[in-house]
Amino acid sequence: MLGTLRTLFLTALHAFHRRATVQYPEQKPYLPPRYRGRIILSRDPDGAERCVACNLCAVACPVDCISLQKTEADGRWYPEYFRINFSRCIFCGFCEEACPTYAIQLTPDFEMGEYTRPNLVYEKEDLLISGTGKYPDYSFYHVAGIPVPGKARGASERERPPVDLHSLLP
Amino acid sequence: MTYSAFFTIILTPLVILGLATMLTWVERRLLGLWQDRHGPNRVGPGGMFQAVADGTKILFKQDWIPPFADRGVFILAPVIGMMTGLLPFAVIPVTMGMGIAGDMNVGLLFILGMMGLGVYAVVLAGWASNSKYALLGGMRAAAQMISYEVFMGLSLLGVVMMAGSFSLHDIVAAQAGLWFIIPQCLGFGVFMLAGIAQTHRLPFDLPEGENELGAGFHTEYSGMKLGMFFIAEYAGIVLVSSLVTTLYLGGWRGPFLPPALWFALKAGAMVVFFILLRASLPRPRYDQLMALGWKILLPLSLFNVMATGTILMLRAS
Repeated sequence: MLGTLRTLFLTALHAFHRRATVQYPEQKPYLPPRYRGRIILSRDPDGAERCVACNLCAVACPVDCISLQKTEADGRWYPEYFRINFSRCIFCGFCEEACPTYAIQLTPDFEMGEYTRPNLVYEKEDLLISGTGKYPDYSFYHVAGIPVPGKARGASERERPPVDLHSLLP
Repeated sequence: MTYSAFFTIILTPLVILGLATMLTWVERRLLGLWQDRHGPNRVGPGGMFQAVADGTKILFKQDWIPPFADRGVFILAPVIGMMTGLLPFAVIPVTMGMGIAGDMNVGLLFILGMMGLGVYAVVLAGWASNSKYALLGGMRAAAQMISYEVFMGLSLLGVVMMAGSFSLHDIVAAQAGLWFIIPQCLGFGVFMLAGIAQTHRLPFDLPEGENELGAGFHTEYSGMKLGMFFIAEYAGIVLVSSLVTTLYLGGWRGPFLPPALWFALKAGAMVVFFILLRASLPRPRYDQLMALGWKILLPLSLFNVMATGTILMLRAS
């Protein structure tokens, strides 16, 4: 009996507690930077595309929503087209994990509602952003050991110049 | 029949129906408040028109009668529920002059009779649905409501003895000095519990028992027939609240404010208490419910009748 009355009292006290609901459209919830939302393609600090069209993201994708085609220009690889079908995407983040160049990233944005399905297919120009995303200083071609126009072999960060085999002769 | 009486007869059911519909929204908002959330707050100011939206939706739902149901009784059951839910309001005195039947000299008996008939709605609905969960709900309802009716009547006997009348007007008049909730606190407690059981509201909603019986006696109902059960249930809450107000809380009596407002305030507080009960208490097991009824509440109400009678006798002599 007393327990019942206590329950009633404690429940009534909840009228003075703060409400847990976030009134969504007017009031946005805090989303952490690593939230897995809309997928973007980021750029180098230099402003070049990071994506090298290695296809690892498309392979990692469990629902096969990523489609891309490789092309070559100026001695490096680019995606000719890069297409994500967000009506299939499950926002698992596997593509981001698979990406060797930090090009594909998931962002804290989920407001992508559309009335027609074709609108959910994002092309490369929809996906590309002008910034670097979560990794502001990372530039794949500055770290990787392959030569590109403007950077000779051995000129990467933390890379020694190649050994001249001929100079080793006795 | 005067013009104003005719007007009252038309207006009262409309007001009750409106109240019952709005109560669904009030209940959801209050439950939200006590569960640290908002509840429906989008449609109209504060979500007020949620009830209208829900009502419109339920009106346009397909009204499906299962082929295995006993058609006639199946249709009759919600009608009985609605009727017995609305008729008692005829004798409830909101103020001295407000009320359809005015001062009926057996008003309390009429209300008890109507509440007794209300059992038929639930039992017939459970029976006519011809399915196991509905039948189980109907059976539970029959046992629960019939056994709780016994001491609902007995607990009211104390009030009737003190007022010396079955007329609700006389009962309110007898509370001029002291509200009956103080001398009849035992009867008040028993009547409250019996009232909750009668309207099969939580925590005594065993006839519905969502998590064990589907939806209990109205499992097979859809569309506006289901809506009628809901409205009857909410009208039942309003009825029990206004009965408690009339019988124990001094009816329309109170200082400063107009009598109708006092009545509305007291009844409203009772309705809020009903919803608080729903927000906080779990449903007892079926045998616990029956044991509480027959082993505790029945002796208590009998003791209340005896004690009240003794005191009145001693005072008279």
